[in-house]
Amino acid sequence: MSIEVDRVSFQYGRRPVLREVSFDLTPGAFHAMLGPNGAGKSTLFGLITRLLALQTGDIKLRGRSLRKQPAAAMQEIGVVFQQNALDMDLTVRQNLMYHAALHGLSRKAARQRCDEELARFELTERGNDAVRQLNGGHRRRVEIARALLHRPGLLLLDEPTVGLDVPSRQGLNAHVRRLCAEDGLTVLWATHLIEEVERQDRVLILHQGQLLADGHGDSICEAQGQPTLADTFQALTGAN
Amino acid sequence: MRLAQYWHCFIGIQIREWLRFWQQRTRFASALVRPLLWLAVFAAGFRAVLGVSIIPPYATYITYETYIAPGLCGMIILFNSMQGALSMVYDRELGSMRVLLMSPLPRPFLLVTKLLAMGVVSIGQVYVFLFIAFFFDVEPPALGYLAVFPALLLTALMLGALGLIIATWVKQLENFAGVMNFVIFPMFFLSSALYPLWKMQDASPVLYWICQINPFTHAVEAIRFALYLQWNSVAFGVLVGVTSVLALVATAGFRPQRTRIVGVKSVS
Repeated sequence: MSIEVDRVSFQYGRRPVLREVSFDLTPGAFHAMLGPNGAGKSTLFGLITRLLALQTGDIKLRGRSLRKQPAAAMQEIGVVFQQNALDMDLTVRQNLMYHAALHGLSRKAARQRCDEELARFELTERGNDAVRQLNGGHRRRVEIARALLHRPGLLLLDEPTVGLDVPSRQGLNAHVRRLCAEDGLTVLWATHLIEEVERQDRVLILHQGQLLADGHGDSICEAQGQPTLADTFQALTGAN
Repeated sequence: MRLAQYWHCFIGIQIREWLRFWQQRTRFASALVRPLLWLAVFAAGFRAVLGVSIIPPYATYITYETYIAPGLCGMIILFNSMQGALSMVYDRELGSMRVLLMSPLPRPFLLVTKLLAMGVVSIGQVYVFLFIAFFFDVEPPALGYLAVFPALLLTALMLGALGLIIATWVKQLENFAGVMNFVIFPMFFLSSALYPLWKMQDASPVLYWICQINPFTHAVEAIRFALYLQWNSVAFGVLVGVTSVLALVATAGFRPQRTRIVGVKSVS
């Protein structure tokens, strides 16, 4: 699914957080948005998900403006927030059913989709467990399953591996890449961890509210004359 | 969006609220302690001081317990609504609010549905309170329990909307202690919940008028009259009017970026 971010700027009070950010995402591809903490990634996600109101510029999903047709746009977006957004006391299935209802799915259709997503994420046996009983990696998988329940074309993940151990981080990253390849899902994965990005990925580097680079990892490295993505990232942002 | 989608969403939000209620039933049970203390201890102590004459909607002399029971119903809703509204934008409910706001359905619909769901859970507590109050000789007619439901629902929606407005727009009151001191207690004490207003009129005409313009007074009176199967057009009129205005202002003026829902450093 196509998404187009067109000259988006945003400021908190007088402090600019995003400056004239423009890019579009390739339908069905995995995109990594790299940026140090405070680069403006969460603000950009806030704007795409309408938690923040657009100030200048526009965002279009499948050609439909977020300003003019917000409902149509929201149907196309699945999102995994940086902070846990699950009801810890409710079961996995109850969390999924709640999300399905919010998207207007009937109980019957919702049950069917829950079964499908739980099976796909190998969580069927945990369906009736309270989320509190799950480990961090499983909770993240539940959040991704939930984000996909209404079958969006775009999956946004805002630092989804925060707080996870290395094997869980790698597992989650591989899982989302598989989804992207198998389902033709467009993915935007925001992170400050360079090891979650592969050289063949489309990479967007955001720093101090500005998009400093946008292209495939290889070509960005080449353009900067750096051997690795980590070096390129450091050269552009000064971050380690 | 089709009508069926609104319906599924509405039901989904109600179910979730009851599931959470069930998970936290001990917390909700402890919330009943406050009004029951007022009924069992405060009312017993003040019974002698505050004799209540025959006033509508009561047909005869009543005990003080009977008088304050509708006010305590309002008190349960008042505390729950304020606490619920604050948790929607500041703490416990933040994650669930993010999920709620990702729905493609219009935000005013989502917010009113959420406030109603929280209100219905509060009303469940009110009915438990009224059941216990029965053993303290608060015995409204059987049909009154049914007739009072719309008044309770409107009260819950009105106070929930007020809570949401305060939580969104009044930065100084972003913790419960502040809301308790500056909203809950003034609203409760400057109302007809604990004493008939004619007593207040004797004491201070200014306070009497403040009580008169306090919408919580009219909510309590609407509850009181409905519980005893009588119609009070002023109380209901004010309740419906204020609820409509507050619900409109709360939902149309809701800005997630003024709260902690966004999850990034919020805008002032």
